[in-house]
Amino acid sequence: MRDVVKRFPGVIANDGVNLAVRTGEIHALLGENGAGKSTLMNLLFGLYNPDEGEILINGKSVHFHNTRQAVEAGLGMVHQHFMLIPRFTVAENVILGNEGPDSILDRAAASRRVAELATSYGLNVDPDAKVGDLPVSMRQRVEILRALYQGSRILILDEPTALLTPQEVDDLYVILRRLRVDGGTIIFITHKLREVANVSDRVTVIRRGKTIGTRVTSETTSQELAELMVGREVLLRVDRPPATPGETILDGEDLRCTGAHHQETLNVASIQLRRGEILGVCGVEGNGQSELVEVLSGLRKPDSGTLTIKGQDVLGENATGFRQAGVSYIPEDRHGRGLVLDFPLWENALLGNTERPEFTKRGWIRSGWIRELTSSLMARFDVRAPSASTPARSLSGGNQQKLIIARELQRDPDILLAIQPTRGLDVGAIEFVHRSLVETRDSGKAVLLLSFDLDEIMDLSDRIVVLSEGRIVGEFKGSTADRAQLGLLMGGRPSEPAMAAA
Amino acid sequence: MTIRPGSAFVNAVGSVVAVLVALLIGAVVIVISGQDPWEAYRSLAEGALGSRRGRAETLVYAAPLILGGLAFAVAARAGMFNVGIEGQLVIGGFAAALVGATDWGLPSAIHIPLAVLVAAIAGGVWGFIPGVLKAATGAHEVITTIMLNYLAFRLIIYSIQRRSDWLPVDDSVQGTERVLDTARLPIVLDATRLHAGVAIAFVAAFTIWFVLFHTTFGYKVRTVGLSEGAARYGGIRWGMTIAIAMALAGALAGLAGAGESLGLHGRHSAVPPGLGFTAIAVGLVGRNHPIGVIFSGLLFGLLSAGALTMQAEADVSRDIVLVLQGLVILAVAAFEAMNRLPWFRGLGTPKTPSGGDRASDTGMAPEIESRPAPPAI
Repeated sequence: MRDVVKRFPGVIANDGVNLAVRTGEIHALLGENGAGKSTLMNLLFGLYNPDEGEILINGKSVHFHNTRQAVEAGLGMVHQHFMLIPRFTVAENVILGNEGPDSILDRAAASRRVAELATSYGLNVDPDAKVGDLPVSMRQRVEILRALYQGSRILILDEPTALLTPQEVDDLYVILRRLRVDGGTIIFITHKLREVANVSDRVTVIRRGKTIGTRVTSETTSQELAELMVGREVLLRVDRPPATPGETILDGEDLRCTGAHHQETLNVASIQLRRGEILGVCGVEGNGQSELVEVLSGLRKPDSGTLTIKGQDVLGENATGFRQAGVSYIPEDRHGRGLVLDFPLWENALLGNTERPEFTKRGWIRSGWIRELTSSLMARFDVRAPSASTPARSLSGGNQQKLIIARELQRDPDILLAIQPTRGLDVGAIEFVHRSLVETRDSGKAVLLLSFDLDEIMDLSDRIVVLSEGRIVGEFKGSTADRAQLGLLMGGRPSEPAMAAA
Repeated sequence: MTIRPGSAFVNAVGSVVAVLVALLIGAVVIVISGQDPWEAYRSLAEGALGSRRGRAETLVYAAPLILGGLAFAVAARAGMFNVGIEGQLVIGGFAAALVGATDWGLPSAIHIPLAVLVAAIAGGVWGFIPGVLKAATGAHEVITTIMLNYLAFRLIIYSIQRRSDWLPVDDSVQGTERVLDTARLPIVLDATRLHAGVAIAFVAAFTIWFVLFHTTFGYKVRTVGLSEGAARYGGIRWGMTIAIAMALAGALAGLAGAGESLGLHGRHSAVPPGLGFTAIAVGLVGRNHPIGVIFSGLLFGLLSAGALTMQAEADVSRDIVLVLQGLVILAVAAFEAMNRLPWFRGLGTPKTPSGGDRASDTGMAPEIESRPAPPAI
């Protein structure tokens, strides 16, 4: 791809990007969120047309007007959100769009061909299984299989590890390396430095729509890549003095929730938060995390169990009651929960604070005071926006998150629930969020950190619990936790010594 | 003032442009029907604004539309599509007329406020019911408010035709008996029909503006309307908030009915006036902003007040006014739809990374618009 430019109204998503990928290599495309990675790949795959520049494949200039042309040229894309039909079998999904010229579908033959293909690449998928019944990692393989079936020699993977456990990520690496051996070319889009180091041969960094540079992975360092990505020096490791855990401040016992179809979604025998400690909760998405958080923040009443904060029973209180008991909550869903996007920043600062006398007085909103507060919070937490009257919608994800953190910490809580606090943020903002969490801990507050990024959990937590199928299946001291062991527990595979290590 | 799609300023400009576009298309319609659009609009404006009486008539028509428009706006701010304004309005008007036509020997200073208050309560109950039903069972307000409209119409007809001894109704005129002088809203401009209900409308608009934007309750209403998730997160009781907002909306519509019964007609007639449906348009054109509702209410009032003069002087059917009203709604809806287009949104947005790219990059679901649905009339 040479000097590719793609403009959107008011934004130049790609501004002269150069990307050269060699046959038979795994090429990582590294950049922060919003740097233009996805746009670039969509250009390559024919979803958009470049405004300037050209795309060459095997030396020939190509102009794709749709994805079919891209597929015919040997490109294949595995999207972040799988484009599969759950009710179809694996084989049916794989041949979708390539059913062949006959009007009668020979399922048996299709299934056989898919099975052969799967075996030859070590993909290990049952062609007759319904996609809806498969776990996420298997669905991803179906996507890869489909691309291979279509004859793709250049495979684009868009953030392929986002929904996988560490073990599944390792399995994916094995598959990718195997494809490379067979002469396949892989473009691996990511914003995680660890993945670049683990799997790629070369890496191209883009920042704000521009190519910053291409490096041979073995000749570079994570530090260098991070700095290329962000454009300044960054602290990759959080500077974290040892914890001095104090009294238990939140104590939950036997918390159970049932979801639709009387399925048990949460069954936590015991969970405690202590002052001066960060408790990391790890697990694969959809294993009771949202239920646990909703119970601990007062948004959901568990079917049974007890929950006390500072010795007071708080079950039966709503979110307001939990806030008054000292719980602050950084929600996982900034747009749907943490902010009202159409409200100005100062009205967002009021969210959850309507019962506090500084903010409202006998039903009147003290807007002048709140505006001043918001401006001072913006200065303190480096929220970059023109003014307190700017609508939250126009802020970047990082600045939105800083605003939420500012609001939640302003309440001077005893307990901070931080749920995926760095999701979708760039390295700079992540650094800030991590520092805030550690500072909060060091000021004697209890912090619960829930994240699907195991590295984040391991970097920050003083104590780690693993949540799988709604249960806490393991507890570790932060310093003794072992990646592989955590990964096994997250995958729901019991491991005997894990419990003993608690 | 920031030029940004969705801001009050852009909305105001958008509505003004929409009205101009509607007038332009209306002119084409008038030309096609063989008349002179310039003459039509001139006589329309002259009829509505050219005389003292015309200006009074504009206000008389505008008063119930402003109150009804507020009834739509308040509900819409809470995320509710209130199609029940007509029912809330007639039940309020009927209740006011009943109180006003009953002779308890009360002085005006008590009789008028009492009748007005009862109208607000009656309308409020009519709004509260769909609010509670939605909060408790999830029943969709569009369905329940339409059903309550019919319930209101039938209840009034039943009360009139049953000719009960204790209700001051008169089935020979299909309405209530005449409102007593002690309960009539005073005329505020001599030799016109301009009654004190107009003042109620303006006071209500400014009050609602204050409530929405400067009180905790208004904040909760707007939060609930824009983001249910954020409201829950913020500890705002969603059900309670929408039920009260709907009751407030109903009360405003009830006040509109009171103005018609106690001010304009002096009785309540069983024939539904249709004002409650025009009020939806007023709310939409006013962008659900109380001050915007004043202006759009005045515009719709002006069209109604000038229609007769236009018919008499320019020989253009007064029904063209209905066409104009429809065109205004369409133009506003078109503007709203444009507001959602990425390229249009992009115009006023300063250099931030593109929303679409960001959403796909972070794996976050694209933001879901939780504003009230665009008009589907």
